[in-house]
Amino acid sequence: MYSEKVLEHFKKPHNVGKMNDADGIGVVGNRACGDVMKLYIKVKDNKIIDIKFETMGCAAAIATSSIITDLAKGRTIEEALKITKDNIVDELEGLPPVKVHCSLLAIDALHAAIKDYKKKKQ
Amino acid sequence: MRVYLDNSATTRTAPEVADAMLPFFVDKYGNASSIHSFGEAAKEALENAREQISKYINAEPDEIIFTSGGTESDNLAIKGAAYALKDKGKHIITSRFEHPAVLEVCQALEKEGFEVTYLSVSKEGFVDIEKLKESIKSDTILVTVMHANNEIGTIQDIEKIGSICMEKGIVFHTDAVQSVGKTPLDVKKMHVDLASFSAHKFHGPKGIGALYVRKKDKIKKLFQGGSQEMNLRPGTENVSGAVGFSTALKLLDEEDIKKMSELRNYLIDELLSIPEASLNGSRENRLCNNVNVSFSHIEGESILLGLDDKGIAVSTGSACTSQKLEPSHVLLALGVKPEDAHGSIRFSLSKYTTKKEIDYTINAVKTVVENLRKISPLS
Repeated sequence: MYSEKVLEHFKKPHNVGKMNDADGIGVVGNRACGDVMKLYIKVKDNKIIDIKFETMGCAAAIATSSIITDLAKGRTIEEALKITKDNIVDELEGLPPVKVHCSLLAIDALHAAIKDYKKKKQ
Repeated sequence: MRVYLDNSATTRTAPEVADAMLPFFVDKYGNASSIHSFGEAAKEALENAREQISKYINAEPDEIIFTSGGTESDNLAIKGAAYALKDKGKHIITSRFEHPAVLEVCQALEKEGFEVTYLSVSKEGFVDIEKLKESIKSDTILVTVMHANNEIGTIQDIEKIGSICMEKGIVFHTDAVQSVGKTPLDVKKMHVDLASFSAHKFHGPKGIGALYVRKKDKIKKLFQGGSQEMNLRPGTENVSGAVGFSTALKLLDEEDIKKMSELRNYLIDELLSIPEASLNGSRENRLCNNVNVSFSHIEGESILLGLDDKGIAVSTGSACTSQKLEPSHVLLALGVKPEDAHGSIRFSLSKYTTKKEIDYTINAVKTVVENLRKISPLS
């Protein structure tokens, strides 16, 4: 069902955990739907210098959370906002069609964290 | 270590069953409807199998209709009875937590103009018998309620439901696919008119099942093309399958029920020692091989794949393993909160399950649950 890459990220997800001094936090999903993602970002000079996540969800939800942290780390805010669903699916070497919504959730989580960062900065 | 705990999905075909079937592929391969010696040999084996099966459920041989499995049996029973009785009435009663092979057939019949009542289910996993009585109307023609639930293993009081239907003269069907070999089954005592069976759930082969049709009840066949199976199910008979089916029944042993119950109880106790874990469905009147537990704050598919990585096969009522996004209709019917239904795992044992495998599984579940909770924002 899943690509090797998805299983790899599911079994050993990157950038997992809480961040106490986060500059922005995004929480998306709904526990009744079985998916909740929480993304933390640390920003310096407009760059995401650290990123962490906590996710409740299926293997695809965990793997997409992991991969979006890899994709966003070290990027500027503008670059991070340009990450697409296709970037995530490609990086994971494919996702079953029914699981594509998980990649959208990961993007939503990143956007929410950036929005939160911008709001706090003002 | 590899541990198979998905025996409600399917079981390992017993080696004795495979051995008994083999001659009917390469040696006694005749068509049971042919009248030459090849056909006669196949016919004899088929009828022997039919007799054994009928004895097991306390029926007559000509009340056993071989089918391709549980799904076909459910379709034949429900549609067959509905079409045969449609001039008498259009009302059917079932429950909310039936197998899709029953629910979807009922939904299809609704589109054809039948009216269906879906009975609610208690938190413990039992059909409300008082509600059933209240739901019966003058035009009720069929009641279909499963014997044992496939997800949570609760066993319904079929005898009680059967006697209510008998009193009112309503045809009663039960899907007994999960209960064979795990709890007593006597169609006369249970007052059932129609009952569905599937061989691969008790170490028989896949692709063969049966429908018990009480002699006095008339149902309409769904396929055309021959007069096999008492003119109710056309098609060349699956002789090797029927032999496998009856051989698997012969191998059933009450000692195995005792052994499975003990291992099941041990597994339930150990899993419930994990914080925020809860058993779905009653602990009493439950199949000897079924454990269904919800683990809060995490999702079932992740648990399943985490266990698979350790060689353990289980299943989940989680939406994330299927095409639809709602969690198990069975757990929701019980009133389990959607978030807990998402984190549910079914462990189903067989006579081959060992204490060593259960110990290995308990440790693995503890590790997997702990790891997933560490990355969950909810715990």
